[in-house]
Amino acid sequence: MTDATQEAVSEPGVLSRTWRVLSASPTGLIGFVLVALIVGSAIFAPWIVPYDPAAIMTGPRMAPPSAEHWLGTDNIGRDTFSRVIAGGRIAMLVAAASLAAALSIGLLLGLIAGLGPRWLDNILLLIFDALRSFPTIVFGLAVVTIIGPSLFTVMLVVAITSVPIYARIVRTQTMALKNAEFILAERAMGVGTPRLLFVHVLPNVLGPLLILASMDVPLVIATEAGLSFLGMGVRPPTPSWGVILNDGYNFIRNSPWPVIGGSIPIILVTLGFTFMGEALRDIFDPKLRKAG
Amino acid sequence: MLLYTSQRLVLSVVIVMVAVSILTLMLHVVPGDPAVMILGPRATPELIEQTREAMGLDKPLPVQIVTFFGNILRGDLGQDVFTGREVSQIVFEQLPYTLILISVSILWAAVLGIALGCYSALRRNTWLDTLTGVLSVGTISIPAFVMALYSVLVFAVWLQWLPAIGAGEGFWDGATHLILPSFAIGVSWVGYVSRIVRASMLEVMGQPHVRMARAYGLPDGWITRSHILKIAVQPAVTLIGTGVAHLFSAAVFVEVIFARPGIGALIVQAVNERNYPIVLGAVLVTTGIIVLATLISDLVIAWLDPRQREDM
Amino acid sequence: MVSSVATEPDRQTEGGAEPLVRIDGLSVDFATPRGAIHALRDITLDVPKGKVLGLVGESGCGKSTLAYSLIGLLAENARIAGGRIDMDGQNLAHLRPREWRALRGRRISMIFQDPMTSLNPVTTIGQQMMDIQYREKGGRAEKRARAIEFLEQVQLPDAASKLDAYPHQLSGGMRQRVCIAMALLTRPDLLIADEPTTALDATLEMQIVTLLRELQEKFGCSVLFVSHHLGTVAELCDEVAVMYAGEVVERGDVAQVFRDPCHPYTQALFECDPARIREATRRLPTIPGTLPDLRRPPAGCAFRARCPKAFERCKTEHPPLYDAGGGQAARCHLNDPAEDRA
Repeated sequence: MTDATQEAVSEPGVLSRTWRVLSASPTGLIGFVLVALIVGSAIFAPWIVPYDPAAIMTGPRMAPPSAEHWLGTDNIGRDTFSRVIAGGRIAMLVAAASLAAALSIGLLLGLIAGLGPRWLDNILLLIFDALRSFPTIVFGLAVVTIIGPSLFTVMLVVAITSVPIYARIVRTQTMALKNAEFILAERAMGVGTPRLLFVHVLPNVLGPLLILASMDVPLVIATEAGLSFLGMGVRPPTPSWGVILNDGYNFIRNSPWPVIGGSIPIILVTLGFTFMGEALRDIFDPKLRKAG
Repeated sequence: MLLYTSQRLVLSVVIVMVAVSILTLMLHVVPGDPAVMILGPRATPELIEQTREAMGLDKPLPVQIVTFFGNILRGDLGQDVFTGREVSQIVFEQLPYTLILISVSILWAAVLGIALGCYSALRRNTWLDTLTGVLSVGTISIPAFVMALYSVLVFAVWLQWLPAIGAGEGFWDGATHLILPSFAIGVSWVGYVSRIVRASMLEVMGQPHVRMARAYGLPDGWITRSHILKIAVQPAVTLIGTGVAHLFSAAVFVEVIFARPGIGALIVQAVNERNYPIVLGAVLVTTGIIVLATLISDLVIAWLDPRQREDM
Repeated sequence: MVSSVATEPDRQTEGGAEPLVRIDGLSVDFATPRGAIHALRDITLDVPKGKVLGLVGESGCGKSTLAYSLIGLLAENARIAGGRIDMDGQNLAHLRPREWRALRGRRISMIFQDPMTSLNPVTTIGQQMMDIQYREKGGRAEKRARAIEFLEQVQLPDAASKLDAYPHQLSGGMRQRVCIAMALLTRPDLLIADEPTTALDATLEMQIVTLLRELQEKFGCSVLFVSHHLGTVAELCDEVAVMYAGEVVERGDVAQVFRDPCHPYTQALFECDPARIREATRRLPTIPGTLPDLRRPPAGCAFRARCPKAFERCKTEHPPLYDAGGGQAARCHLNDPAEDRA
């Protein structure tokens, strides 16, 4: 009953705020458009690519952009545009899978830290701090030494290094809510912990988390591209933006086009998700502005 | 103050120990013989046995961790699997290159970023403020390794102004070899720092004590320095302190792309050789430096702001 | 205009002493995205030499804006739209930043509302008190000694040791004492105090007010005391100006205005002052209604909409300040000798 009325009240608010935020700054709109394009091209990649991303000698080697090859070709004549689109699919897959894993684990550990006994909270905090003190790439390289380079390794590295951030936020929110008056009142009326979690804590925590996660997408993609660039992530011949850049780097004195073609999507993804995240944050949770 | 510092120091050591334990544990959590995994496909049975003994892998896990920490405290990071050289020696040979690289990068970026942030806050909506804002968003959006590739492309391949390979010899040669790499690492930090300094300057400028300083006719430059900047620079210090981890990540790419020596290049090479003791040693030292940097930034803030000394 | 000059009471308050500051027809606008707010309109007021002038009114009436325009610290979007502020032959309304800097901390100084945030949190009290003496000659030891001397003047216990303290180590009352010491240290001719006791509790408030009175008598400076607390104004001030919606609606000698308020707004203020309520009542009286929109100030009397005594003339004709005798003046048609007092 209260939930329904709340929703009815908040709906026009969100719509008008969306309108206000998007009309105040065009960057938010640009962000949404870019993200839509990127996600769309990742989903429909197999139907968009003009050439088989793995096919060699689709044209001359290291050709500059042309009507046939929008972003030119690489050292063995593969079409860079097709490889960039196919690489986007990999990047989005890594981002979606690893962030989903990080969010669920972070949520769980954050709730445990927030609601559990103090000693457990302290131990978890210490582990979070320890994980955060690793540089992502250096930690990733260490993991690669142990389990070898693969798509899964990349996702594992991203998930592990992102968990502490989300867990900390969930923990703070949970602790704040734990002592909120309405929670204490419900507790006094005998409402059980699981119910409290699902009705109050989760809805309050999930929104900010998703917004933060969307702003973390560029970081994940840079990590994937970076590890793949070093040859420690996605292995060739699977097309990844990092792999394209590595091929381009090896022949940088012959042709700049693979490097340029491989880097454009990384920059666009970063801009797109950052702008979108900022707009989402302004629309749904102006308070995050300070916290972030 | 002293108590606070020692508490932080102890906590830092604990964090490094936990961090290292996580890495060591990972080696054992993964199914299979750690010695085989470390040595990879090149391993002969004798080498495996030798490694297992040298690294104490045949002993129970708790014993291993205890001896491992004991060794670390004595400055012993183990031996290189293949050459038998001391890992600590190898790591500390490469460390100075990386430290110089990231210090130079963050130094120019912080100085320029603070200056631009100050200017933007004091002269809002001028063309330089707008340009700084746009460029900040642009540079922040480009990962360090992409920036490094473009630096090579533009300044070394097309314009051929600057050397792009190696660390150079002697002071001047070394300095010219530092320009492109430190540009690639630092440029996005100019954006981060200027944005955060601009925002916090604007916040502090609105505080009553600044108005009070004006009410006493103190010169503007003086107010900016001792009443505004001294407070407004704090978030930038924290940002840089916690950002040292990112600097090390960036250094890995930059060292590979510019073929520079350094701890990042060492790690990449060791990973390729599956030389786990070197990887672990390098990660340990890096993590230690990162935790130290966070500690130093906290101390700098405590030095800048007496309120923080008591809160902590 | 001609008629208003004719009804304008004699500017000179009591005995014909030359005032320190003459404010004449001052208007201040604030630029906002939805049009200019006319925050101060046609303010004419004297700050008498060596006396305390109180400035009272509800929040938002423009009393702080008036105080800030006397020290040139108006917000960035504020603009002096007209009028003059004369102090020793200098018109403060159109000073350059450099000229302002020469006056501030020398001839004019200010005490702010919130002592918790008015002091630089990252610098010691001593350093801040020496900083404001930057124009003075003399070495560090001399300036330090002066700082201690003034901290003793404001009865701060253990003054010398407080020099090495940071603001957050002192209580609110102590900090306000430090602010007063700093303001007096510069030996100003005009001290502006913008609600200096609002953030303090009642006991401290009385202490600070008593201290201000003593020190004002000792140093002989003029004080502009901004407050919404009538009790402190009665305690501290010699003269009072009541502000409403960006105008001075009544001014005069404190005792006289408090005894016989001429403007219905002043009367309403007194009725709402909890300290003055004599009969037992269940609820605190308030003035019904709200301030007019200062983007479009009403054509007639600004208080008309809330005034129990408003009549036809108040709707159309903007009242001038009518002389009510003995230096008292009120911006209400009921004081027009031509109007039959109801």
